[in-house]
Amino acid sequence: MGFEKFGRIGYISETRVADFVKYLEDGKIMATKCAKCGKVYFPPRADCPDDLSANMKWEELSGKCKLLTYTTAHFAPTGFEEDTPYTLALARYEEGVNVYARLSKDINEDEIHIGMDLRLSPLRLANGKITYELKKA
Amino acid sequence: MLKVAIVGVGQTPFTRNCGVSIRELCFEAFREALENINLTPKDIDASIICSAPEYDKQRSPAGLIAEYLGLNPQPTFYAESICSSSSTGVKIGSSFIKAGLHDVVVVIGFQKMSEISSADVQERMGRGADIQWESPFGTMMPAGYAMFARAHMQKYGTTEEQLAKVKVKSGKYSLLNPKAMYQRAVTLEECLKARVIASPLKLFDCCANADGASCIILASEEKARKITDTPVWVAGIGAASDTLSTTGRTNLAGLTCAIEAAEQAYKMAHLEPKDVDVAEVHDCFTIAEIMAYENLGFCKPGEGGKLIEESQTYLGGKIPVNVDGGLLSKGHPIGATGGSQIRTIVLQLQGRAGKIQVEGAEVGLVHNIGGVGLYGNVTILRR
Repeated sequence: MGFEKFGRIGYISETRVADFVKYLEDGKIMATKCAKCGKVYFPPRADCPDDLSANMKWEELSGKCKLLTYTTAHFAPTGFEEDTPYTLALARYEEGVNVYARLSKDINEDEIHIGMDLRLSPLRLANGKITYELKKA
Repeated sequence: MLKVAIVGVGQTPFTRNCGVSIRELCFEAFREALENINLTPKDIDASIICSAPEYDKQRSPAGLIAEYLGLNPQPTFYAESICSSSSTGVKIGSSFIKAGLHDVVVVIGFQKMSEISSADVQERMGRGADIQWESPFGTMMPAGYAMFARAHMQKYGTTEEQLAKVKVKSGKYSLLNPKAMYQRAVTLEECLKARVIASPLKLFDCCANADGASCIILASEEKARKITDTPVWVAGIGAASDTLSTTGRTNLAGLTCAIEAAEQAYKMAHLEPKDVDVAEVHDCFTIAEIMAYENLGFCKPGEGGKLIEESQTYLGGKIPVNVDGGLLSKGHPIGATGGSQIRTIVLQLQGRAGKIQVEGAEVGLVHNIGGVGLYGNVTILRR
């Protein structure tokens, strides 16, 4: 339990990385790092497939990333219709991992460009849930 | 090595609301595949039934379809790789034959997307991404391909006009395909003025849900020669996977699983891209067709936009692609799509393609993708 608080609509509640949500509530974006090989995973994973280890440590990410690609959705799956239009984005962290999130509504569509500097920030939602979004750096 | 042939192909019309049950839909494709060949249901050793189960009300549809087609007590199997399920079925069926386990295998692909309500379809669409880390943001198929389109435009200078030209070609050929859901030509202007679905993709850049079924009958060389005078040989068959998550992708301007599957298929067939006379590619979105040109080696990476700009993928061009209208006009009944693409190529290689016939076609290729570049399947056929 614990992961049901993540996201506008959550599909799962149980995961061994549910502590991610607690950290997020404290304002921290955490990755996991394999204690054996040192590889950093984001989104966080509970298991390292490279050496089959389940010995993972939490590690805070800088939050600094650059935009890789994006799309503004004018059409949405069930439950998200009222949010449209919203911009979905993929960004690359300076630590070398990728993050998938929405771009903040504070960013005007004509300002968006691939390669722009962004910062991943926690975002509290009206329904008591929490997520993260990409803001201008 | 044992050779595998395709001895029969069938397909229902693809429609918005078929008005029949899934068993009847499958039977129609099966009956067409058996027309004019020397084979009866009792000669079929095994069946592989392919669909995306989230649209089915029937639990375990393989059992139902095998019964309705008269294929008991032979074994039946169920195959799923979303939009490429029936290509996966053909790969599994070919493997059975090559292994000597079965001599004649039927692969049925179907989808009745109207089986469930539009709201339910929309709900399932949201769960096609990683449900833990990506679906909570409101993802869907068009948004997934739109991100590839944006990255392709940034990297190579591909334009929205070039994307639209893929649909213009599709519309032109749809008028020659009586089984296509949309038999309608569209202009470049109509495409460019259409409402945005997920930028930069607009309405005509996207294919539509449909109902339909397809059937492919596979046989060993020995059986094939007794069943038909015009067997089409499975010369190469490649399959690959990529990450379900968007975050796991390293290439955003092409589909790595398609590149990998194509390499396997060309190697197995001892053929190169220049040897292909006609191709069917998975144009679920216009950008998908442009990436397919590049990922299959029909042009260099980044030159896909130019290839359509120069009309090289029309009949009479360097490499005719989707001259049956493709998914953009035929519609996309998920589990049936790969079988429909294979059927088109088989008819081309048998010289039975009618008005879209590529004269003297000897080698054809099918590129069928599941999800947003999640499952890649490339099948090379020759006469």
